[in-house]
Amino acid sequence: HQSAYESDNIKVLCRNPDDYVRETTRDIQRVPRNYDPTLHPFEVPREYTRALNATKLERVFAKPFVASLDGHRDGISCITKHAKSLSTVISGACDGEVKLWNLPRQECLRTVQAHEGFVRGICSRFCGTSFFTVGDDKTIKQWNLEAPGYGVREEPINTILGKAVFTGIDHHQRESTFVTCGQTVDIWDEQRSSPIRSFSWGVDSFSCVRYNPVETELLASCASDRSIVLYDTRESAPLRKVIMQLRSNTLCWNPMEAYYFTCANEDYNLYTYDIRHLDVPVTVHMDHVSAVLDVDYSPTGREFVSASFDKTIRIFPKDKGHSREVYHTKRMQHVICVRWSADNKYVLSGSDEMNIRLWKANASEKLGLLSTREKAAAHYNKKLIEKFQHHPQVRRIARHRHLPGDILKQKREQREMKEARRRREQNVRKHSKPGSVPLLTEKEKHVAAVVE
Amino acid sequence: EGSDDERKHKKLLEAISSMGSRKRKKQNERSEASVQVSEFFVNAEGTGEKVNLSDLLGTVEKTSGASNKTKKQLRNLQSSKETLELPLNKQQTEKIQRGIAYEKTAAEVSCWRNIILQNQKAEQMVFPLNQESPGPKRVEQVVAGWKVQTPLEQEIFRLLHINSQPVDDPVLTPVEEQSLKAMSLEEAKIRRAELQKARALQSYYEAKAKREKKIKSKKYHKVQRKAKCKDFLKQFDEMVKTNPEGALEELKKMELSRMEERMSLKHQNSGKWAKSKAIMAKYDDSARKAMQEQLQMNKDLTQKIVVPSDDEHESNEEGLETIPDFVNDSEPVIDSVNPWMRGQLTHEEPEVSCVTTEDVQTAEEENEEEELVGEFERKRKLRQADEEDLIPTEEEQEEEDVSEFNTLFRLMRSEKTLEGSNQTREGLNTPGQEDEEGLLNEGQIRVRNIEDLEVLGEFVDPQPIAEPSLPRTAAVEATSEPPYKKKREIDLKEVLTKEAKAVKVPFLPTVVDEEERDEQISIIKEAFAGDDVISDFIKDKSKLEAAGRPEVVDLTLPGWGEWGGVGLKPSRWKRKRFRIKTAPPPPRQDQKLPDVIISENRNASVASHQVSQLPFPFQNTAQFESSIRTPIGPTWNTQSVVKNMTKPKVITKMGAIIEPMVKEDFIKNKTTTPGGKGPAIMLGENKRAKEDGAHCDTHKTKHHT
Repeated sequence: HQSAYESDNIKVLCRNPDDYVRETTRDIQRVPRNYDPTLHPFEVPREYTRALNATKLERVFAKPFVASLDGHRDGISCITKHAKSLSTVISGACDGEVKLWNLPRQECLRTVQAHEGFVRGICSRFCGTSFFTVGDDKTIKQWNLEAPGYGVREEPINTILGKAVFTGIDHHQRESTFVTCGQTVDIWDEQRSSPIRSFSWGVDSFSCVRYNPVETELLASCASDRSIVLYDTRESAPLRKVIMQLRSNTLCWNPMEAYYFTCANEDYNLYTYDIRHLDVPVTVHMDHVSAVLDVDYSPTGREFVSASFDKTIRIFPKDKGHSREVYHTKRMQHVICVRWSADNKYVLSGSDEMNIRLWKANASEKLGLLSTREKAAAHYNKKLIEKFQHHPQVRRIARHRHLPGDILKQKREQREMKEARRRREQNVRKHSKPGSVPLLTEKEKHVAAVVE
Repeated sequence: EGSDDERKHKKLLEAISSMGSRKRKKQNERSEASVQVSEFFVNAEGTGEKVNLSDLLGTVEKTSGASNKTKKQLRNLQSSKETLELPLNKQQTEKIQRGIAYEKTAAEVSCWRNIILQNQKAEQMVFPLNQESPGPKRVEQVVAGWKVQTPLEQEIFRLLHINSQPVDDPVLTPVEEQSLKAMSLEEAKIRRAELQKARALQSYYEAKAKREKKIKSKKYHKVQRKAKCKDFLKQFDEMVKTNPEGALEELKKMELSRMEERMSLKHQNSGKWAKSKAIMAKYDDSARKAMQEQLQMNKDLTQKIVVPSDDEHESNEEGLETIPDFVNDSEPVIDSVNPWMRGQLTHEEPEVSCVTTEDVQTAEEENEEEELVGEFERKRKLRQADEEDLIPTEEEQEEEDVSEFNTLFRLMRSEKTLEGSNQTREGLNTPGQEDEEGLLNEGQIRVRNIEDLEVLGEFVDPQPIAEPSLPRTAAVEATSEPPYKKKREIDLKEVLTKEAKAVKVPFLPTVVDEEERDEQISIIKEAFAGDDVISDFIKDKSKLEAAGRPEVVDLTLPGWGEWGGVGLKPSRWKRKRFRIKTAPPPPRQDQKLPDVIISENRNASVASHQVSQLPFPFQNTAQFESSIRTPIGPTWNTQSVVKNMTKPKVITKMGAIIEPMVKEDFIKNKTTTPGGKGPAIMLGENKRAKEDGAHCDTHKTKHHT
């Protein structure tokens, strides 16, 4: 009787346990989902809302300032990264003091009175065992990166007396040679006390010299006669010289793209050059409102950071004309030097008011270890913002940055000036013989000459 | 006195002068012979003068050793009056040198072009570059830092070093690894894809063979065998033409198998099985048939092999006749296709050879199978060792995989060719377009929380409220549904009947009695007694349509140019002339949708969320819309799709230093020799010795740690 009842009237819901029971407790719970689009309507509006929220949250969480390292007794003149350790940074000040910092603990490990007068340049040796400093006292000093024992005086491993003041130094990527600049560009062997090679090309002083990290025999330097000079250490003479409208302060090679470098110019702009086509810069990066003092590429070669006299740091994508980010604080004065950390996560800036500041490279990025779901959510949000970046609300929120009043004022002023100059040029062109006033693009305007 | 003074003075002067002269003399004293020491000193005669050609010539003429040729040349030189050109001045030489050096460097640097372009285009870059793959490491990598201690170990490793034999069986032999090192990255990738493809194919065939082996159906195997036999025949025929030696080999094999068959009692109907069958044969047709078959097999196998050549045609036939006939009366042939079932010896030649080759075929098959099995075994081991191998073992997937690899492989090839072909100048972006793109909205408003962001809108609204006549095609409705595309003709009445139903459903609970439902309906009717929703709707719509219609503007001035007054109308001509009709607007979107009103007015609240201009990289609105339309979220896509769609462009490893590119890793010179010739593992003393040699070499230290 019962069986008949079962078979006829009761319909039992029967599910296969394989469909919903986990094999082990470590498995993820199976969540049945139906992706039928009719069940999930309004995908665009819903995603748009999500994108808008993501953008807002990104701005709300944008807290780039991490730490400030204080201890120097004069303005910071140069910073360098340790070649092998992410947590170590070396900085030099205008009173000749060099300090070694531990970043995670935010403390000074060691202080060395390296020079009399400014420390003009520091570079770390590629193996991470020692570093070199140059200063206003016409010396190059090599220091051990390990601190001397208790009670032992700080002594340089090696001191080289030069004939003139050195203004910059850079070490070869793999070999034991380094290059200094001052009145000439000198290439030194670590074992010798005189330069093994000197380059000069009719200029009296250089402000910066850098080895190409990829094509390690290539060099570029900025000179005070508004020029950028390229060298190849295998050749007998310099390669070529570009003269710009104003002086370049520093330059930096792209660590992932061998033939691009970016220079920080006095005319508030940065210029990215392709060394194969020096007559026109590839990109002009403009946003600063005062002279740009330093530039450093991210180790991925996708972006670079620039320090300016206008008390801000800006981050530019390497192929964009305008910055994606601007960092400033009330207390930060003229930023003299800036470096991007080797793990692509942080930016370090040294400024006039004796502080080194640590910033996040992505302002709203969550630091530390992320769980898989956090990571997935972050990626999804990023992609959403990218997808809806052209929508006015998203764009407006994503691009909003707070700027101090004086910089904003300067910015407006400069915009006006630029507009006036453009108008003037237009008028001149209008009232002169056709073709006599050539139409120059923004890129062409800033290069005065290329000297072979 | 005066003269005395004078004298004294003179004396003094003399003394002074003599002192001076002595001094000078002392200064001039030099031991070495020099030309330009002093004008006062003794010089060799003729120093400082130019050497004339004639002087040389005189001496040459006298010396007997000088050849006539040189003398002649010198004489010619003397006679010629031309002067040599001045060498280029220093500036110019340097300029030329610089130019050459620059060209050289530019060319050298250009070799990065492909890599840079590739990285720019890459969907995802993982930094640091050239990372070691995660997962278990090979033994030799783990063991590298280990020091050999006991003599036994030393002995073992000495032996291994001699052969440069890897400890575990690794994926690649040292030679292969070296050859891989010699390749560039993309070449290596292509090679890897090739290897993967080969492996996938192999495992596919392996699985197929396994599957086939499992099949129990005899008929299937029979058919297979026959097909193989046919194949082999064809091959053999070809072999005879192309590779007679190989064919001979095959023949020999056949001969051998025939001999074996003749020696054995295998197919003589004398086994246990045959005996049991013999008992059954009386009653069972199939048993009889089976016995027949066995006999036939024996006959076929012991048949003399025919050498397929035209000359021996006759003799072959004779041979055929001499073969003893084991089966006298054969069964009626049931399976006409099967040669085994013929039961008679009246075969044509190809048939015979077919039969004879059959056995050889099986024998050979066995050999082959053994080989294959061995090969597979080895390959499987390899695969297990390979940590990156991703080939699934499921049979269903295999075919897919193969095709996938095929496409991958093709893709890589095509990529490679593509790179070569496009030689456009990269990196130069136009300033005008991106200028607007990258700008930050910098202002004095600080954003601290969501509320600030909302307020932000009022201050900086970049979107001026556009006039409604803006072309709709440019604007993209992110929030509104796409307009109807089908232009169906819907009868109004049909819609109305449906409407009544639609009203009913939502108001009614699902389990209601008939009476209750009626009651409900009557209540609703009562409640909306005065409302005629449908006619209201129609009225609204017609009103809107009327509003959208072009109006006629009447500009006639009665009485202007003609008589005016009560009862007088402006003339027809005038009315025609001064009544202006505007052009009709484009048809309404809801023109053919009777139950819908589509408002075509621009909605200000929505407009602030809409894109008003086509953004830069897109060429047309359709492109942009499609980019917006595809959802990327997990609500609409499966997990793997979401993961794929949202993967970030740059991945960095936490706490890892990203080193700049190293030229040797990416660009291989043809001159560089592939890797060291040392064994795959380096142990103890050897390694340290090498390290000491390289002074603080980063690369080596990197590999250890």
